[in-house]
Amino acid sequence: MVPGCSAARDHTFLLLVDQFIQTIVDSVTLGSVYALIALGYSMVYGILKLLPFAHGDVFMVGSFIGLGVLKAFGGAANPTISIWLVLVLMALAAMAGCAVLGVAVERFAYRPLRNAPRIAPLISALGTSFFIAYSMQLLFGANHRTYDTFTMAGGKLFLSGITWGPLHVSLVRIIVVVVAVVMMVVLWLLVSRTRMGKAMRATSFDREAAMMMGVDVDKVIVFTFVLGSALAGIGGVLFSLRTDVYSQMGFLAGLSGFTAAVIGGIGSVPGAMLGGYLLGLVETVTQTYISTGWSNLFIFSILVAFMLIRPSGILGKAEIKKV
Amino acid sequence: MSSGPRIGKDEWVAREGEQRERRSGLLGGIARAQARTPWWAFLAVFVVLACLVPVVTSDSYIQRVAFDTTIFMLLALGLNVVVGWGGLLDLGYVAFFGFGAYLYAILGSSQFDIHVPTIVVIPVVTLAGALLGLVVGLPSWRLVGDYLAIVTLFALQIFRSVITNGHDIFGSNVTNGVNGILKVDPLSWFGHALPVSHRGLFNPDYLYVAIGFFVVIYVALRFVNASRTGRAWRALREDPLAATSMGMPIDWLKLMAFAFGAGIAALTGTLTASVNAAVFPDNFDVPQLITIYAMVILGGAGSQAGAIVGAVVVNVMLESLRSPDNSRWVFYIAVLLLLLPVLRSARKYLLLVAATVAFGFAVHAIAGAIDPAWTRGTTPGGGAVGRAIAHWAIVPQSLGSTREASYVLLIAAVLAVVTIRGRWKLVALVPTLYLASFVWENVLGPQPEITRYILLGAILVGVMTTRPAGILGERRVEIV
Repeated sequence: MVPGCSAARDHTFLLLVDQFIQTIVDSVTLGSVYALIALGYSMVYGILKLLPFAHGDVFMVGSFIGLGVLKAFGGAANPTISIWLVLVLMALAAMAGCAVLGVAVERFAYRPLRNAPRIAPLISALGTSFFIAYSMQLLFGANHRTYDTFTMAGGKLFLSGITWGPLHVSLVRIIVVVVAVVMMVVLWLLVSRTRMGKAMRATSFDREAAMMMGVDVDKVIVFTFVLGSALAGIGGVLFSLRTDVYSQMGFLAGLSGFTAAVIGGIGSVPGAMLGGYLLGLVETVTQTYISTGWSNLFIFSILVAFMLIRPSGILGKAEIKKV
Repeated sequence: MSSGPRIGKDEWVAREGEQRERRSGLLGGIARAQARTPWWAFLAVFVVLACLVPVVTSDSYIQRVAFDTTIFMLLALGLNVVVGWGGLLDLGYVAFFGFGAYLYAILGSSQFDIHVPTIVVIPVVTLAGALLGLVVGLPSWRLVGDYLAIVTLFALQIFRSVITNGHDIFGSNVTNGVNGILKVDPLSWFGHALPVSHRGLFNPDYLYVAIGFFVVIYVALRFVNASRTGRAWRALREDPLAATSMGMPIDWLKLMAFAFGAGIAALTGTLTASVNAAVFPDNFDVPQLITIYAMVILGGAGSQAGAIVGAVVVNVMLESLRSPDNSRWVFYIAVLLLLLPVLRSARKYLLLVAATVAFGFAVHAIAGAIDPAWTRGTTPGGGAVGRAIAHWAIVPQSLGSTREASYVLLIAAVLAVVTIRGRWKLVALVPTLYLASFVWENVLGPQPEITRYILLGAILVGVMTTRPAGILGERRVEIV
């Protein structure tokens, strides 16, 4: 055996390990955003038993609001106020704007159909999704834009961060994951500790019974949409810190978010988080180790198989059909 | 009419029916005349009118639009089986359309140098499509409603993934990837090829072929609907549990609905592939899906005639968007028609139209007096009507950020009008209508490719929230 050969093999092995760890880091970053979208789906589905197709487009609008705020303060390279403050403002504006949008969508596209056959609100949601996506394309064009995160604070977001041997976890990834996790914890506290959270859980368990117990169901539903859409909004900003902003990005994001919610167990808050991270893992792993062109086929096939084998998800309770 | 509800009908539905019988005036007369006329008379008149298109006009563009409309009528009929009769939300429907087109292209092009005659390939493709429908329909055994919708949507994504990456399936080029398959054979009849274009123009024979298929499918579905299977489908749609307890094989019924829809879509795919002489992945995507859904929903899910009306209305509307002059007509007529059911009174209607026209001239004059640049622009397309409109609607020289603001404001205004009740609704409608014409002339009209999808989305939401039965659909009551 030639000594150099073994060293080379060690080196390849290390590279593989590096690549694997990098994939995991990627998947956690992506999974955080998916989890944020999935939470909205999961909460709305839990309460209304309705699939809000337009949720992905609310996410897209959040991303655009972030871009708008960034532009209003002079752009990424030389903002008029501190870039950190701009980032906070972007997140807050996206959350507020999306909350308003989410409530409007609920009021005008879903509420009139609350007691209709189940297929009707789905079609309405599909139409809303299309309407929002193409309205944004009408107003802002179809081209991809970016936040230019590379130029923020002199590239600090990408260059600094935690470096551990050959592994580098950039600051922007840390921000994405930390903010997402904080939002999820806040949401979890809201749902499990507050009065409104209790009303939400009651409504999701049995809407009619909750109504009879004096829960203002309309208010609960609006609150759910506010929460879900705000999470989607901040998710949009976090997502676009690392990728692009474009008007048709909501479709795939929404699909992924819904799938994450289903994998984790729809209607369950921890389930949505788990599902988000799992989906992120599946997506990055298939894209890294299987050709990118075919990765979609694998992802969708896995998802179909999963939904068929365990439609109630990992953490969801198997639904007992009440007649 | 005998007293009391008829057997087999809900009391509310029976009362509705009686009310319709008694309805007076012009609309009542039309409704009664329509109820007396047999369905095949409508079909015959419609088919004769469609066949006359190439006779009346030699414009090959109009002939081609008639052909495309027939294609959409076929697709809408097929989707109506799954969604309207079976009550299954199949979001993978376009995949079957694409599958038919691609299979036709693979079996009849220079891709593999196979040239199977049409008489063989059409039944084969239809059957293969129906089989694929059976497979894609299998999840409906376990999943219902939203889950089924998502799984079928995934099926569409899988299909798209296969055709866009199909240039390298284990090393062999099957679908030629994003470039699509070109030089697809035209239809043939015992060795005689039917040329796609005739002296460089659309060959109207294809329109006749499509209408022929349409008549066959329409009549066949009509009989299927009246058969045991058809009645069982409707029972399945209304209440799967009750249907099971009456001994209906609901799993099999769901598969049948999927297979019927998929077979019709695949058959239609062969027609499009042959007439375009090419297939591309982007012809079979979510926008096409939404278009077909808008047709079925607008016409009225569950009604065959509705599917046809929906297909004709939506496709003609979308085609007319291509030229600004035509689209302006469509827009103003659509607005005037939409106001009819909103106001329900001739006096209010005339008052509103007069008020809007007067309001428009007033605002136009004021805007022109403040800054002439606001009214100096030209309407897209020009034309006599366009120039006339420019004297009434504000068409500024340059829009700037008014573009975005006016569009968002219009959406807000429309939503506000929907919520307002009573007299103020009429008052609020005046500026809203004027704003709508401003947005149409300045924002939507110049961007037809995007406007069409916005309109489709709006149709889906609007129809579902105001009149879920569509134009011709059966009104249904939810019995709790």
